[in-house]
Amino acid sequence: VSTLILGEHEGGQLKQSSLCAVTAARAISDDNSITMLLAGSGPSLQQAASHAASIHPSMSQVFVADSDKLSHPLAEPWAELVHLVQQKGGYSHIIAASSSFGKNILPRAAALLDVSPITDVIEISGPQLFVRPIYAGNALSTVRYTGVDPCLLTIRSTSFPLPHISSDSKSEAAPVSQVDLSTFSEDILDKSRFLKLTSQDTERPDLGSARVVVTGGRGLRSAENFKLMEKLAEKLSAAVGATRAAVDAGFVPNELQVGQTGKIVAPELYMAFGVSGAIQHLAGMRDSKTLVYTLKEGVADYGLVADLMLVVYCFCSLNKLSQKLALKI
Amino acid sequence: MKIMVAVKRVIDYAVKIRVKSDKTGVEMNNVKMSMNPFCEIALEEALRIKEAGFATEVIAVSMGPAQCVDTLRTGLAMGADRAIHVDTSTSSSATNLTPLSVAKLLKKLVDLEKPGLLILGKQAIDDDCNQTGQMVAGLLKWPQGTFASKVILDKEKQVATVEREVDGGLETLYLDLPAVITTDLRLNQPRYATLPNIMKAKSKVIKKVTLEELGVEIKPDLEIVQVTEPPKRKAGVIVSSVDELIDKLKNEAHVI
Repeated sequence: VSTLILGEHEGGQLKQSSLCAVTAARAISDDNSITMLLAGSGPSLQQAASHAASIHPSMSQVFVADSDKLSHPLAEPWAELVHLVQQKGGYSHIIAASSSFGKNILPRAAALLDVSPITDVIEISGPQLFVRPIYAGNALSTVRYTGVDPCLLTIRSTSFPLPHISSDSKSEAAPVSQVDLSTFSEDILDKSRFLKLTSQDTERPDLGSARVVVTGGRGLRSAENFKLMEKLAEKLSAAVGATRAAVDAGFVPNELQVGQTGKIVAPELYMAFGVSGAIQHLAGMRDSKTLVYTLKEGVADYGLVADLMLVVYCFCSLNKLSQKLALKI
Repeated sequence: MKIMVAVKRVIDYAVKIRVKSDKTGVEMNNVKMSMNPFCEIALEEALRIKEAGFATEVIAVSMGPAQCVDTLRTGLAMGADRAIHVDTSTSSSATNLTPLSVAKLLKKLVDLEKPGLLILGKQAIDDDCNQTGQMVAGLLKWPQGTFASKVILDKEKQVATVEREVDGGLETLYLDLPAVITTDLRLNQPRYATLPNIMKAKSKVIKKVTLEELGVEIKPDLEIVQVTEPPKRKAGVIVSSVDELIDKLKNEAHVI
């Protein structure tokens, strides 16, 4: 068993979701030989590579593909790269996190390798046996991969905890080597060009990995009211999330959406305000440890999943809650 | 330029699904079926591009059993010009059509019809795979713009500017045509089929082709072992005040 992980990095650091992929690789087999593949260009790539090399003792190798063609994580060069590295390395498994990076690249790479990928895996029951949610998490499907190597997976990082990082990791850093790109097929690479990435600067923790998430829905009624969520989040050191309806109504940008088609979160504490509890939203947060939901009257679908429900009008509870928390912290 | 749109027949998004007691799947009998919502958005985008004068024809395609014709008929009523149904009912190996198989079939149809743009939904709300668009783009060696929330075409340069919803915000790409685009929810608001258009759609052509005619071999490499219900959470508690809530969060759940 040998696994290639498609690593994602930012600012010279390996992303947490790629670390969760290491946990997933170890769940496939204890004696899994793990290789991390990183691509990009310049010093931040080299930094990320040394970070990846020393992050966990089970990492056997780090491959670095350094090229201008790979300076942005586009699917076209990445899929070719995975194909190239697989041909040389003959891995039994290839894993990426179910981030927009992994979801974009891995199926394309699978097509080039002529195999069926298995996306959004939440449990690994054996080297070829995986559990994944279907119908927005309302059913779980256990699938067996019966095809040839490699078996390609994307994993939900919320289902695979961060691996324990050893303290004396420096002494056991994995070797870092460059991928030979001399045979890199470049004919299709110019057909897709990166223009820009616009993102909201925020001081809040990352939604995907935050310990506490406070979420607002359409019930908050305006972007102005949504600012209350920011305030509460600040008090709790929480990330802010939103329902599709709140994003559609223009209260907050799209990257805050939690749900079947947005981000999947599983924090210690999830608090929802002005949220109706549509199954598409539940799909994104049902694995949260403690779930608090405020409801106006009657019980919505949340009644099925919430641990604590506060029956009040949502602005009122939001105001009170943030004031009380402010007093107690 | 032609635009091809793939549409999938799925259980209607408003239906609460039931897992079969023998764990072989989800109850499909007597359940309302509809076009996958992301596919509706894909078709709507194709129709808008045609109405803006960038395309001459919109072709809707679907794969699966005979009932897929209903979904295609809906697409024709929305405004697609014609449709192709890849009938899989003749092939026993195709009962479980994987995204890879669908991508191979789509590639065949693209080779035959030569569209300048192939638009798909980013995922189907039944298996939530989110794979087919990326896979067919790889097979065709076309550029891909997945999870699109905005598409602008430049007819002269033959370039599509695609704004994509990614984890960190919005990413903008330039794609040379022909290209594959998969749609996110905020790309557009699909239209309803009007009664006159539903009547008109009855006379539009749905061409039927089989797997054998397309020469695509389905090799199953995934086996569904079982489908189960997710574990249930314990029933929740209703608290009557903010104080009680804070107390429980502090002293029972230990989360703040």
